[in-house]
Amino acid sequence: MLLRAGDAGVLLAGTGLVITLALYAWSGDHGDTAVIRAAGQIVETASLTHIQRFAIDGPLGTTQIEIEPGRARVARDPSPRQLCVKQGWLTQSGQAALCLPNQVSVEIRGRTTAYDTLGY
Amino acid sequence: MTRSVIELPVNADDRRIARLAALAIGLTLAEAALPSPVPGIKPGLANIVVLLVLLQYGWRAAAWVSGLRVLAGGLLLGSLFAPGFWLSAAGAITSLGVLALARHLPSQYFGPISLSVLAAFGHIGGQLALAGAWLLPGIALIKLMPVFAAAALVFGAVNGVIVARFLVSSGRDKDMQQQA
Repeated sequence: MLLRAGDAGVLLAGTGLVITLALYAWSGDHGDTAVIRAAGQIVETASLTHIQRFAIDGPLGTTQIEIEPGRARVARDPSPRQLCVKQGWLTQSGQAALCLPNQVSVEIRGRTTAYDTLGY
Repeated sequence: MTRSVIELPVNADDRRIARLAALAIGLTLAEAALPSPVPGIKPGLANIVVLLVLLQYGWRAAAWVSGLRVLAGGLLLGSLFAPGFWLSAAGAITSLGVLALARHLPSQYFGPISLSVLAAFGHIGGQLALAGAWLLPGIALIKLMPVFAAAALVFGAVNGVIVARFLVSSGRDKDMQQQA
């Protein structure tokens, strides 16, 4: 007999794996650029393809932004509550980390944007 | 002047492994001539040989055939120690590792098709892991993963059916020889 019970199971599991991978990789909007703003003005637009570091100056000091393939984060910030640092890595289009006291923000953009504009 | 002679004793196992590895290398070369829409997507015909060797002569022989195939295939295709060679080696090693575990699955439920599909996933998994860590770090590979996985599933299943049919027909030959 060619196809045994376990074989059917393995084939089903394999199909499931392919579908899961397809859903993971092709749905959801992985961002491809990071837009860095200081005091409302865009200062850097970086593509999320390779490791980069930016140091952005604000009223309180320097905010350090790290970019890695597929993700970006605020690595250091002089703000007292560290909210934007605690947000960690941003990957999806539309995600943003705002360091309001230092007036610096990072926003991820993909091919589609979820919002035209966000007011804070 | 005496000429020193190094004798390497060759036993029947060595000859069989060499013969089967030659078969696998031939399939690798034939396959390299096939056009492929995405680099890296191949039927993996040599895995048919590796799987047959595994099922008939055990894991050690299969590892030898697979290793010789990767090495000699690299030599003949001119890609020895080039990135493609390392990807191929990573795939072969992962797939042998998967087979080392999978061959202990109860054989009344899990036949050659299971082994072939699991080995194909191991192959592509090893290649993608090395490619992702070394050649193309980043998100580009993630988008291609479903394509590679689907190819592994389809070609793994087809190769598994071929192996299963080979085993059935060679078993029948043995029966006929015994009857004759």
